[in-house]
Amino acid sequence: MDGVHDLGGMHGFGPVAREQNEPAFHAAWEAAVYAIMRASMSNGLYNLDEFRHGVERMDPAHYLRSGYYEHWLDGITRVQVEKGVVSAEELERRTEFFTARPDAPATTAVRAMPTGAPPRFRWMAEPSERPATAPPRFAPGDAVVTRNLHPRGHTRLPRYARGRKGVIHTVHGAHVFPDTNAHGAGEQPQTLYSVCFDAREMFGETAEANQKIYIDLWEPYLEPGAPRG
Amino acid sequence: MGKNHPNVDKYVESRVRALESLLLEKGILPADAVDRVIQRFEADTGPLIGARAVARAWRDPDYKRRLLEEPRRALADFGLDFDMLRVVENTAAVHNLVVCTLCSCYPWAVLGLPPTWYKMPAYRSRAVVEPRKVLGEFGVEVPESREIRVWDSSAELRYMVLPEPPAGSGHLDEAGLVPLISRDALIGVAEVRLPPRG
Repeated sequence: MDGVHDLGGMHGFGPVAREQNEPAFHAAWEAAVYAIMRASMSNGLYNLDEFRHGVERMDPAHYLRSGYYEHWLDGITRVQVEKGVVSAEELERRTEFFTARPDAPATTAVRAMPTGAPPRFRWMAEPSERPATAPPRFAPGDAVVTRNLHPRGHTRLPRYARGRKGVIHTVHGAHVFPDTNAHGAGEQPQTLYSVCFDAREMFGETAEANQKIYIDLWEPYLEPGAPRG
Repeated sequence: MGKNHPNVDKYVESRVRALESLLLEKGILPADAVDRVIQRFEADTGPLIGARAVARAWRDPDYKRRLLEEPRRALADFGLDFDMLRVVENTAAVHNLVVCTLCSCYPWAVLGLPPTWYKMPAYRSRAVVEPRKVLGEFGVEVPESREIRVWDSSAELRYMVLPEPPAGSGHLDEAGLVPLISRDALIGVAEVRLPPRG
C-alpha cells in the first residue's frame, strides 16, 4: 500500500536526531512489546509479513508522531484482533483495568496461568529462503525495469523504486513472497534479487553525485529492461 | 524522537500490560520472556559479534574472504548460526551505508538493537536521497570521487558494513581492534579511528 511507512526519498523530516548513550529500552513497556513480538512469532500467531502490514495500516498521523515500539504494539494488536487471538473487547477491558491500577504488574489481571509445556520463545525469525520452483528469470548483469505497481495490500517494492531501470547485482535464491504471505495467500516463493540503481534514476538531477542504491526485490516486481548499448 | 503526551504514554503502558496479561493467560507469552529480553539487551553488553568479526577480518585475510563470501560460516566462529547476513566492504573507492526505508530492518543478530535514529523518518527518508549530507551530519565526509552505495534492506537479508581499518592500527591485534569498532561504523555512518593520544 502507498502508506506513510514508505519513507524513502521524502523531504521535510529535518536532521537525524541522535541520543548520546542511548539505553536498550527507554521504558519497561518497550521490552514487554519486544517480548510479545518474539513470543507471537515463535508460536505462529502471525507471520512477519502480516505483522508488517499490520503496522502499515496504522493511522498515518499517529505513525509519524509515535516511536518504533508503539508501531509494533499497534501492528501486533491489529493483527491479533483480526486473527481472533485476543478480542478487541477483552483488550479494551483489560486496558481499563490497568489504567485504573497504574502500578499493578501484568500478572495481577491473569485469571489462571496455563498448565502444561511453556510456550516457545525463539530469538531468531524463521529463515525466508525456500526451494526454488522455477529457474531465475534474470542473471547478474541483466538490465531490468521495476514495475509501476500500486497494490492496496502489502508490498516490499518501495514507492521511490517503481518504474525504474536497474541492473541485477546478485541472485539470492527463492524467498517467501511478502505480497501474498501478508494476506493469507501462501508463501509462493519467488526469486529474490539484489538490484542496483543509479541514484539519478530515482531522483533525477537532484540526486547526489556518484551514488548507487541496492534494493532486494522479488521477481514479480521486475520486467526485462533494454539491453545495455 | 517526538515526545508523546504523558496521557498517551499512560494509555500505551496500560495497553501493553493488558496484552501481556492476556498472552500470559493464553499460554503464548512465557512467564520469563520480558526478563529474558531485558537481560539479553541491557545486561549483556559485551562486544558486538559484528565488531569481533570485522576485527578478525582485518587481521586474517582468509577470514575476511569467508565473511564476504560465506558469512554464515564466518559467523559460526562466534557461535552464531545466521544465514541472512551480507557484508559489504568499504574501500578507498566505495563507501557503504545501510538503511531500511519501509520499516526498520536491521542486523540485530550481529549488532544488537538498533538506535532510535535508525528507526525514525529523518534517517529512513534521507539516507537514499542525500546520503552524503546525512553522513556529513554524522561527521563523515565522503568526497564525490568516492562512490556511495546505499543498501535498502527491503527483504529478509541483513546488511553490515566492513569498514576500512584505521590508519596506524598495524600494531594492534584483534582484541585491541574490537573496542575501536562502533556499531555506527558497521551501519556505515562512522569511520573507525584510533583514540586520540594522551
